[in-house]
Amino acid sequence: MSTAPQPLALVIDDELQMRRLLRVCLEANGYRVAEAATGQDGIAHAAQRPPDVVILDLGLPDMDGVAVLKRLREWSRVPVVVLSVRDREEDKIAALDNGADDYVTKPFGSGELLARLRVAQRHAQPGAQDSLFRTGRLEVDLAARVVKLSGREIRLTATEYSLLRLFIQHAGKVLTHRHLLREVWGPNAVEQTHYLRVYIAHLRDKLETDPSQPRLILTEPGVGYRLLDEPSV
Amino acid sequence: MQSSFPFNTAGYSRIVSDETRPNPDALLAAIQQEAVQKKRGKLKVFFGMAPGVGKTYAMLEAARREQAAGRDVAIGYVETHGRKETAALTEGLPVVPRLSHAYRGVTLPEMDLDAVLARRPQLALADEFAHTNAPGSRHPKRYQDVLELLDAGIDVFTTLNVQHVESRAEAVRQITGVTIRETLPDTALEGADFELVDLPPEELRARLAAGKVYVPESARAAQENFFRPGNLSALRELALRFAAEHVGQDVLAYRQAHGIADPWKSGQRLLVAVSASPTSAALVRWTRRLAAELQAPWLAVYVELPNPLHADDQVRLSRHLALARELGAQVFTTTDDDVAHGLLRVAREQNATQLVVGKPVGWRALDLWRGGSLLNRLIRESGNIDVHAVRAEGEPPPSRPLPRPRFDASASRGYGIALGFVAGTTALNAILQQWLGYQSLALIYLVSVVALAMIVGRGPTLAAATLTALLWNFCFVSPVFTFRITGPTDLMLFCTYFVVALAMGHLAARLRAQQAAERRREQRATALFFLTRELAQATDFADLLAIIIREVGKTTRAEVALSLPGETRTAPLTPYFANTWAMPDKEQSVASWAFRHQQPAGRGTDTLPSAAGLHVPLVAGERAIGVLSLRFRDPAPLATGQRDLLDAFVRQIALVLDRQRLRDAEQQAKLVAESERLSKTLLNSISHEIRTPIAAITSAAGSLAEKGSAGAGAFERTMIAEIQEAARRLNRLVGNLLSMTRLEAGHVKANLDWCDVADLVQVTLKDLARDLAQHKVTVAVAPGLPLVRMDFVLMQQALTNLLFNAAVHTPPGTAVQVSAAAEEQTLALSVADHGPGLPREALPLIFDKFYRAPAAPAGGTGLGLAIVKGLVEAQAGQVKAENRPSGGAVFTIRLPLASAPPVARETT
Repeated sequence: MSTAPQPLALVIDDELQMRRLLRVCLEANGYRVAEAATGQDGIAHAAQRPPDVVILDLGLPDMDGVAVLKRLREWSRVPVVVLSVRDREEDKIAALDNGADDYVTKPFGSGELLARLRVAQRHAQPGAQDSLFRTGRLEVDLAARVVKLSGREIRLTATEYSLLRLFIQHAGKVLTHRHLLREVWGPNAVEQTHYLRVYIAHLRDKLETDPSQPRLILTEPGVGYRLLDEPSV
Repeated sequence: MQSSFPFNTAGYSRIVSDETRPNPDALLAAIQQEAVQKKRGKLKVFFGMAPGVGKTYAMLEAARREQAAGRDVAIGYVETHGRKETAALTEGLPVVPRLSHAYRGVTLPEMDLDAVLARRPQLALADEFAHTNAPGSRHPKRYQDVLELLDAGIDVFTTLNVQHVESRAEAVRQITGVTIRETLPDTALEGADFELVDLPPEELRARLAAGKVYVPESARAAQENFFRPGNLSALRELALRFAAEHVGQDVLAYRQAHGIADPWKSGQRLLVAVSASPTSAALVRWTRRLAAELQAPWLAVYVELPNPLHADDQVRLSRHLALARELGAQVFTTTDDDVAHGLLRVAREQNATQLVVGKPVGWRALDLWRGGSLLNRLIRESGNIDVHAVRAEGEPPPSRPLPRPRFDASASRGYGIALGFVAGTTALNAILQQWLGYQSLALIYLVSVVALAMIVGRGPTLAAATLTALLWNFCFVSPVFTFRITGPTDLMLFCTYFVVALAMGHLAARLRAQQAAERRREQRATALFFLTRELAQATDFADLLAIIIREVGKTTRAEVALSLPGETRTAPLTPYFANTWAMPDKEQSVASWAFRHQQPAGRGTDTLPSAAGLHVPLVAGERAIGVLSLRFRDPAPLATGQRDLLDAFVRQIALVLDRQRLRDAEQQAKLVAESERLSKTLLNSISHEIRTPIAAITSAAGSLAEKGSAGAGAFERTMIAEIQEAARRLNRLVGNLLSMTRLEAGHVKANLDWCDVADLVQVTLKDLARDLAQHKVTVAVAPGLPLVRMDFVLMQQALTNLLFNAAVHTPPGTAVQVSAAAEEQTLALSVADHGPGLPREALPLIFDKFYRAPAAPAGGTGLGLAIVKGLVEAQAGQVKAENRPSGGAVFTIRLPLASAPPVARETT
């Protein structure tokens, strides 16, 4: 990544102070920054100079952030991280279901935001999907369907495996309950949250060092789950 | 024929080869009926041919068997007629005390319906199904009491003789010559079980001779005739056949319900012409019998003629229509100036295939006058509709002459006017005869007769025509002052005049009558139109009610009261304050009955006819939405036309009220939604306005901390940490304030879902890691704890507040324990600390808003625990604070536990 040109981050936020802060913070971490104060402006920017990542506020003066997201997603797969003061889980779910890659609530730590941006960007890279996936102690060979923990093979049931595979395909990203249920159990099961609770507990029992302190499969309260994505470890 | 019916299928199956599928309507009816019957009580009728066969005895025996089988049986009313064996059987059966009605100095005991309803036995005994209740009772007839018991879900045993069945009363009268007054509509027996109590006629006569049969004093004379052996045999056959027919009907209902092809469906539709004529009742019964045999639906039609009915006729007509309704007919009333025309019109509209009319008994001459008898015209014009002319006997026709002339007040006024006209014209003619010939004077008379016909009715006109003919002859035709006519020309003139005058008079009168009928119809339509128009102008519910009261009062010339469902359970119906009739309590209870049963009650109906007012429920869809009560100034019963108008009014009013209510509810819902939207917008903007600067502070301080960690000294690092801590505290405060506001506004709706408690605890502790860094936190989640239905986010917030509280209020280094376990039917999630505990006086107040315990550390708003309470209660849970015996405080959240739906286990 060091040899690549500096990535372009588009900040869509109506607060001047927020834009200023983000510019300083992002530029200090190797990004070029474009700013937009309205949704319309942001969409125009994104069309003219396709950014590598978008930081989107939800409370925009001209249109709702989710509407901006929907418009963007009509033609672009650019990673979008929502950065908003709205902390209610229905807002988070709405953003994630409409194509946001991640959701960070204000006030935020700059380190946290940067980490989320990196994860989102990594996913947007084409061809990055390797058949061998590694995170923490976990190693999964998607081609051979082999799951290893610290080099030791672990046996998973069919459902557990499809759940894990789904997490791996979106590693680091928050997957909503409905999304997980729809993909693993089918469209009729989207309300059957208890399936998910039970199988997440099974997976944690098999994969986590301490299932009561999960480090691999993380809970996003009221929204869904996220698989830790630390390939370098 | 009836008894052989169920077995003789060969002859009918050919007709209905295409009817093998069960009729969907019948299926639907069966489903609905089943649904009703599940709640409804079951009726069992102990059925006999005559008094004295032992029905009551059999009923009591059966009741004792039921009681022995462990059912709660009570006697509502049993008449032992002083027979010892019967009385002995009642012993041990609880009796609901009777009600005594004082009537004309006699005390009449009756079944206390309300007491039986209140007692609610599983099975009630009510002897003599066809009994007529004492005046002043709720229902005129006992069978209506019984139906109410059945509606209330109470099973009933009752007794009945065949002579009391409405559709058999006529046959019994023909057999025995005794007219049966107490009759019971056949519909009351629908769905009932029959137990035939049979006794050979000789034995019955032996019992009668031994004085074992109770016969009322008044019937002693008829007794000998009634109990003749021949009669008893005939009655016995009638009873057996009736019971058999009922069993047959049950079989039929069963066949239809279970999709078995019905071989008897005839595709016929009968129509019986109903009039005020006394023979009509017999005609209605005859048709009902034919309809039952053909398994065909039937209609009863009354054609209202232009000239109004006499009050007596009106009463009789209402009775006939009610009879038809009771016997299961669909009843229609139509207006026409010609009976045959009206009947055929309805018959065609309703697809009737057979028409039933009475055999004519009137004058043939009168028929010719009307262009052929009714029967002839019906036969001529009926096309493909079959016509039955049935000889029907009735009570002797009233002595009143059949053609209409009638000397009531308005008629005598008409005759007065006619007399004046005739006198005036005669005087005029006396003057004019100096210049005009006597032939011309006839024409002047004729003009005056025609003019008269425009003003008065048919009778006075015809009288005037006759009178003028005679006067003309007497006064002006020579020889004058004699009735003698000399020449053939004069004779012809006289006859022609007479005929022309009569015809003109008749035609003019008929025209006038038609116009009057038209006018009445138009008035009716206009009234309905005005009502609709006025109602459409109403702006709100109160306005609507005021208009209804005003318009109905104007049209019906009655005092009006509207009652609407009350707010409380104790008063189901509350009269509206702007009523023009202030109903006394008794009338209000009648209105309540009408409301509950969705049936009209009070004057002119079957229920509480002694009430002063008529109470009509306003039914929209399936639900009664109120009652319209009317007290008429005119004591005469309502004419059919008025009744129709009232029905139309009531339907219209119910519709409009229902619509308005829905609109109001919708408006209300919109208002609530709007206020929710507003407050959400406000909260969002507040949270945006405050949190954005906090975010800027946090972010800036964070960046500083990262960047500056290398170059900055301890002083800068401390300052940055202070800024970050302050921002966090400010953020928490804003979060708490917003939560409290949302809770107070009722905008927090728990989104209950199956959640893992261990996960909840883990996530919460992770978020609070920094705040709890100074404490030793232990977690004890019971292994095997099931999933719990809760709102993960709300619970996380509640637990966060409890833990944060513990962190703030206990000294650093002490332990905090989070534990979760299932206790009975609840999840107990507790946070225990080893701090100083809670002051005793703080315990009851600790969850109050803004309450801060004495000696609490500075800072904090006193909102945290109030929010916990709100959040937990939003999930139907409870939270409690206690001091632990070993020191420290413990907060426990309890949520109801339910077993989660199972999840199939898999193997690897």
